[in-house]
Amino acid sequence: MISLAGRDIAHSWGKFVLTGLGLGLLIGVTLTMAGVYRGMVDDAQALLTNSRADLWVVQKDTQGPYAESSSLKDDVVRSVRGMPGVAQAANVTYFTMQVQRHDGDDIRAMVVGMESGQPGEPGYLVAGRQLTRSHYEAVADVKTGFALGERIRIRRHDYTVVGLTQRMVSSGGDPMVFIPLKDAQEAQFLKDNDAIINDRTRTATNPAFNRPGVPGLLDAVQALQTSSHNVNAVLVQLAPGFEAGQVAEPIRRWKHLEVFTRDGMEEILVAKLIATSARQIGMFLVILAVVSAAIVAFIIYTMTLGKIREIAVLKLIGTRNLTIASMILQQALGLGLIGFVVGKVSATIWAPVFPKFVLLLTQDAMMGLGGTLLICVLASTLAIRAALKVDPAEAIG
Amino acid sequence: MKRKLPFSRRITLGALVLVLVGALAWVALRTGPLAATRITVMRVQEGRLAPAIFGIGTVEARRSWMVGPTAAGRVLAVRVDVGDTVKAGQLLADMDPVDLDQRLAALDASLARAGSTQAAAQAQLKDAAARRELAVINARRNQELAAQNFISAAALESRMQEKASADAALQAAQANLAGTGQDVARQKAERAGLQQQRGNVRLLAPADGVVTSRDAEAGTTVVAGQPVLRLIDPASLWVKLRVDQGRSAGLAPGLTASIVLRSHPGAPVPGQVARVELLADSVTEERIAQVAFAQAPTARAMGASVGELAEVTLQLPETASSLLVPSASIQHRQGETGVWRIEHGKPVFAPVRLGVRSLDGQVQVLDGLKAGDEVVVYSQKALTPGARVQVVDTLIQDGHKGAVP
Repeated sequence: MISLAGRDIAHSWGKFVLTGLGLGLLIGVTLTMAGVYRGMVDDAQALLTNSRADLWVVQKDTQGPYAESSSLKDDVVRSVRGMPGVAQAANVTYFTMQVQRHDGDDIRAMVVGMESGQPGEPGYLVAGRQLTRSHYEAVADVKTGFALGERIRIRRHDYTVVGLTQRMVSSGGDPMVFIPLKDAQEAQFLKDNDAIINDRTRTATNPAFNRPGVPGLLDAVQALQTSSHNVNAVLVQLAPGFEAGQVAEPIRRWKHLEVFTRDGMEEILVAKLIATSARQIGMFLVILAVVSAAIVAFIIYTMTLGKIREIAVLKLIGTRNLTIASMILQQALGLGLIGFVVGKVSATIWAPVFPKFVLLLTQDAMMGLGGTLLICVLASTLAIRAALKVDPAEAIG
Repeated sequence: MKRKLPFSRRITLGALVLVLVGALAWVALRTGPLAATRITVMRVQEGRLAPAIFGIGTVEARRSWMVGPTAAGRVLAVRVDVGDTVKAGQLLADMDPVDLDQRLAALDASLARAGSTQAAAQAQLKDAAARRELAVINARRNQELAAQNFISAAALESRMQEKASADAALQAAQANLAGTGQDVARQKAERAGLQQQRGNVRLLAPADGVVTSRDAEAGTTVVAGQPVLRLIDPASLWVKLRVDQGRSAGLAPGLTASIVLRSHPGAPVPGQVARVELLADSVTEERIAQVAFAQAPTARAMGASVGELAEVTLQLPETASSLLVPSASIQHRQGETGVWRIEHGKPVFAPVRLGVRSLDGQVQVLDGLKAGDEVVVYSQKALTPGARVQVVDTLIQDGHKGAVP
């Protein structure tokens, strides 16, 4: 028994391989699209995982700190630390802004204010060290492009990059820059110098604050206006043996704060914050998959139709229908396999070049493989039907 | 009948299949669950580290003065301006004396009048003394005459009464004179008091210093205690340092400091902790210490301004030799602090007890590791026990472009 399919492929292998390659690139695009979608969801989850928190304590009636703005006084953390089941609690601020390099370029980054050794600190580094000084040092994600020792500018202060980390991104995919909490509080709430001076003048002209009989009142009011003791959230780690819900409830009830568990936070980020853009990508992915499937089917169908003369000859010399059908099926599956391998490899090669994270899951790849083979089988049935209907007389006619 | 494929075509097809399978294998090993996490490792070594305390502060003057009146009044003239160097006792400003000069003139007149009254009393005293002398002589003569019975007893008694009256008149005149003297003394004291008040509206420099602010101009009405001028002693500049409480262990007077002023980021100047305040700031969770410049004139020479931001690094004594790991290797996992140790090529979480840290990212390990243990320093992502790892030299190609302080 000779392999009719192999023979046919060997006969016109250049055409076959090129078709497979083209098909592969199309499958690669589809897999990449799936990767873009998974990457978006993973960005949101990476944000939660990297904060190493079990509970997020935020301002009452807000869904902060990622989806909405939330503001707490920075001494709230002390009362949270005293609640049962809380192992560690730490203040944190999040602020998306343009960070200036020394040469003047700026980079969009999420500036995280954190306390070293507490939740919120980057869990692992790829170079450098963690923050050791309480001011003017930064750990940056490699995506920012900053190098160790580089001086970057956030508002009016220069920070030295002392460490680099990886995959620390906001839900929007912006790389993170970690700085000490006190600096971040200042950076977040600090106005520019002109605004500060205008504010001072405004206060000085207010007779309620600038009384001739009360020296020092104006200075006190001015000092009060410039200081900031606010943070965006308190990250809580649970003590062993406590359930998240069990710890969250008393804080919600007695401290009058909003508390989110990991599940609740994921719900907010995935189902609310990135819902529209994720659905947009998802929609596109569905259309792309359908179009790819159609193109695969057409290619196999036209490939068979191109050989209709040869099939007629085969029929003429008395080849069984089953043999012809299996030849078409084998070719279709072979084409599908080549296409999948080329697609998977090309997607893996170009995925890191994307500006945002593209996550290629093995499970997606398997689904892609299954889908491709299924479409190949379906398309080949169409082709087989056409081939079986062909009149052997066409070979001569 | 079997037709052989041409040899070259078989080779090409075989190579193509091999390339595809190889590429798939490479993809499977690079991404997905089979991929190894790339890490860098180092061996734990003994060493000494020099811990340091870092904080920021502002330049302040140890000695400063607010010069103002002790009673409400209007400023008449301000004689110095911001930046002027003044000597102790120098006249800085005048307050309006209002009616003090007139009251002085009135007192002077009263004093002159008191002098006149005193002179009159003296004259009266002399008059009384003369009358008494006459009365004494008359009385003595009449006594002699009465003893020889030349005059009646009634006449003698009359003379004796005259003498007694003259005595009394003399005493009255003496008392009157003393009274006028006391009056003069009172007036003089009153005048001296007023003179003091007149001097008090002249604002004088309490010590040598430099004027830092001129808060009121001529014509302004100020209340008691409100400053008209502020002075500082420029030789007494120091840095009020704020140190995070969590990293303030070892903060003590006498530590050597390196002060970097914001205006001179490249030129650290030496200093020394002069004072550590007992009261810490409970809101900002910071401790407060004062760091003096090693040479008093340096601050001035560098043009340091009061209120300027300064970064201060305090050097603590070197620790005894102990195991050290880089701070990047410290991980927190389920409430425990530890490092990932490589055991038979797999990461194992080893809880450790840590000692002091240095500012360059070295941490003392007190417990939990042995010298020569291999620990993970950097990793591409968070590790899990037994994860597949691949040890590489560095994770970032251009990561070591600059030096980290």
